[in-house]
Amino acid sequence: MSGLLEVTGLRVRFRALGTVKALLRGVESPFVEAVAGVDLALAEGETLALVGESGSGKTTLARALIGLLPVEAGSVRFRSRELIGQSSSAWKAVRREMAMMFQDPVGSLSPRLTVRALVTEPYRIHGLRGRETERECARLLGLVGLPPDFGERYPHQLSGGQARRVGVARALALDPRLILADEPTAGLDVSVQGEILNLLARLQDQLGLSILIITHNLNVVRHVADRTAIMYLGRIVEQGETERVFAHPRHPYTEALLSANPQADPAARHRRIELKGEVPSLLRRPSGCEFHPRCPHARPLCATAAPAATTEGRGRFTCHFPLAGPSLPSGG
Amino acid sequence: MTAAPDLLSIRDLSLSFRTPRGRLQALRRVNLEVPRGRIVGVVGESGCGKSTLIASILRLLPPNAEVTGGAIRFEGRDLLELSPRAMRELRGRRIAMVFQDPMTALNPVLSIGRQMIDVQYREGRSRREKRERAVEMLARVGIPDPAQRLEAYPHQFSGGMRQRIAIAMALMMEPDLLIADEPTTALDATLEVQIIGLLQALQRDFGCSILFVTHHLGVVAELCEEVVVMYAGEVVERGPVEAVFRNPAHPYTARLLACDPGRIVERSRNLPTIPGEIPDLVSPPPGCVFRPRCPEAFARCELEAPAEHAVGSGQSARCHLAEGEGR
Amino acid sequence: MAADEIPVAPRRADGFLAGLRRLTRDGMGLFGLVAVLLVVLSAVFAHQLAPFDPTRIMVGPRLAPPSAEHWLGTDQLGRDVFSRVLVGGQVALQVALASIAAAVSIGLGLGLLAGLGPRWLDNAILLLFDTVRSFPVVIFGLAVVTVLGPSLTTVIFVVVVTSIPTYGRVARTQTLAIKNNEFILAERAMGAGTGRILRVHVLPNIIGPLLILASMDVPVVITIEAGLSFLGMGVQPPTPSWGSILNDGFSYIRNTPWPVIAGGIPLILTTLAFTFLGEALRDTFDPKLRRDL
Repeated sequence: MSGLLEVTGLRVRFRALGTVKALLRGVESPFVEAVAGVDLALAEGETLALVGESGSGKTTLARALIGLLPVEAGSVRFRSRELIGQSSSAWKAVRREMAMMFQDPVGSLSPRLTVRALVTEPYRIHGLRGRETERECARLLGLVGLPPDFGERYPHQLSGGQARRVGVARALALDPRLILADEPTAGLDVSVQGEILNLLARLQDQLGLSILIITHNLNVVRHVADRTAIMYLGRIVEQGETERVFAHPRHPYTEALLSANPQADPAARHRRIELKGEVPSLLRRPSGCEFHPRCPHARPLCATAAPAATTEGRGRFTCHFPLAGPSLPSGG
Repeated sequence: MTAAPDLLSIRDLSLSFRTPRGRLQALRRVNLEVPRGRIVGVVGESGCGKSTLIASILRLLPPNAEVTGGAIRFEGRDLLELSPRAMRELRGRRIAMVFQDPMTALNPVLSIGRQMIDVQYREGRSRREKRERAVEMLARVGIPDPAQRLEAYPHQFSGGMRQRIAIAMALMMEPDLLIADEPTTALDATLEVQIIGLLQALQRDFGCSILFVTHHLGVVAELCEEVVVMYAGEVVERGPVEAVFRNPAHPYTARLLACDPGRIVERSRNLPTIPGEIPDLVSPPPGCVFRPRCPEAFARCELEAPAEHAVGSGQSARCHLAEGEGR
Repeated sequence: MAADEIPVAPRRADGFLAGLRRLTRDGMGLFGLVAVLLVVLSAVFAHQLAPFDPTRIMVGPRLAPPSAEHWLGTDQLGRDVFSRVLVGGQVALQVALASIAAAVSIGLGLGLLAGLGPRWLDNAILLLFDTVRSFPVVIFGLAVVTVLGPSLTTVIFVVVVTSIPTYGRVARTQTLAIKNNEFILAERAMGAGTGRILRVHVLPNIIGPLLILASMDVPVVITIEAGLSFLGMGVQPPTPSWGSILNDGFSYIRNTPWPVIAGGIPLILTTLAFTFLGEALRDTFDPKLRRDL
């Protein structure tokens, strides 16, 4: 049990309909399961990428991990301590070791506070008033490559990239062990994305951080993540070492995602796999394997029976007819 | 290159915004051509002026905008000289547009059938004919049960569906030019694949030209035949997609391609970036606008702004290094 | 067209001076600011500025027109109208300040509760607001006067109760709007408690519209006070009030129009001043209306 973070059977649900309406409409359950039973593990100093599209539940999962959302079932063990069901004062202690970076770089910064106030906010929240805010602010800004005079600025005076760095600085204030980064490169130009990713990689080497990156951008994942997990409709359909997942995806959805991010090379033959239809509503989950209505390789069994997870080496996938890999004979 | 004149030809377009801090030079000496029936991509990052460029073509600029030079010729007529009424005639009919955010591009209080019928207001067709045309277009873009769905409202559709409806509305009038401003940026990757495929098919069927604005290099490589690269209000390079992507002549294009993580085959913890920021366009730097960030800048770059130099068949770059390389 | 496409200069810091500058750029704002300052100063120093004791019945001409001695003439009891107007202004502003302050505070509290609390509490508070608002102010005033007797306190009470729903609703809407903003979530993720979030992050962001409303409410409250006093249900004689000056003036309007004018003009002026100021404030602080690029 040396993992930093261990998630087992996590379920998070939302109420989609009032009880009365649900009864009237004959809907079985008024709840939607945004996270429908997730198992994850993250070791110290490791970067795990959680990849999925809208509706996959990845942001919900991240928010549940840090206690912003109530959990229906399952267990989250952080540094061997169970997080689910703990008191709010226990949560407060945990939040010194676990920090989150939000998707909207400017919107996640309180608009009426200066950058200095923002990056030193964690100290005030946790009653560590002894620290010299001036010094700490300069230190934190320096860690992310911003000059100390940025402390005077307000969020609306920052560019997207700068605001993201402030978010990183704030997350680092209390020397956390784990950073949850929700779409750290969304909205950033390609020429600037590298700055944030390089920064996170450098900080990880420097401080021994573990990072959980939530994103829909597979290209980014390939470079920064040691392991990758692919989510669809609230479940993890495949996870494993990044290189393996990219080179030999097992799940057809993974394959489709990989092909949806083409190289900027007009000469390359674009084998873009076009999935049928769109992501189904969480209220009407398909039967059997939930991906079957859109899967180019679906067979009759897929509509009737949900596949069990198969472990392969350090990876896992959930599919009746996985794609050919290096170790399996072709034809699955 | 076909011998027929270009559908859209922008020559030397310069445009500034009057701001309290001074004149912001949003577009400088922009040259761009869209031939008939071709797909041209415009690529650039935030602040490059691509949205301003589109707004200029459609003459939908804010009141503090001022064109300080150049011409935008559509089928030979300079759009900048047209009366507002003549411009309105063109919009929606000969030049159509698809916007970035499918969530807000449709009127939320009208059914989509109503909106699609309204769009045809200039056509001398009966209401029934308009309705049929709307149903036909919806089927064309892959909306299931189109006849029933005419009564539905935008919020009852998903984002991908809404974008398809927006495309249907734009192409229903069979325009000569379709301008698409980041139509897939707000959509998931797998949806983007579908929309790109749809646009390719429709372009083949209708034969219109498409001006496709995006920051996503992969889409340009796949969809577009020609590409225009913009930086800080200027066109720094343009030409056939294969040529530009394989042999970029402008340092910015080269660096931009190098930064695309999809292109970097080896796993790297040190991804390339283009250090620095775009210059303040109220007072752009002397000489070449990319010089402060250019790894290959030399003395002349600060003294003299480069002109566009041809570097190959149809490819040209605004760079001193490109001089003398072409025919 | 993407808003971030056009390179914008970073906005100057939202300082008080910067805001003041923006405010006075507009003619209406400038007029409002100056006029409001005038009204407030003359109200604060009313007793010092008044040439006579407003309640002093003098031996001299009654209902006299304006003269060098009595700038606005005298009323039916020989009292100096100008002094009465000045002190009446003080009364008006006292009522306005006290009642608006109370209404804003209570409305803010209820609005926060409604916005942040459970659904049933929200519904209950909204029901309360709607009930209060469905009462016409004057009828409510009559009822309260019957119970409490006419006085300054009565007026304040009536105004406070009838104003709370407006402030409450605005506070609630503002709270709902930012409740789910990412920066609030970020604070919670860092371990901030509800108290801190309310104090440091919610309150400063929602108080703006409330203050602007309050500024635009001042003339309304003053008019209500004047109205109630006009009907004899508010401030009692001999304390002057613009409403009672108007009331007295009306009885003797055939003799001289001056008391009516004297009572009416300050009311109109103050209403205009505060309204202009309030609107200019709103325009200044609404980022979408900012005209600079």
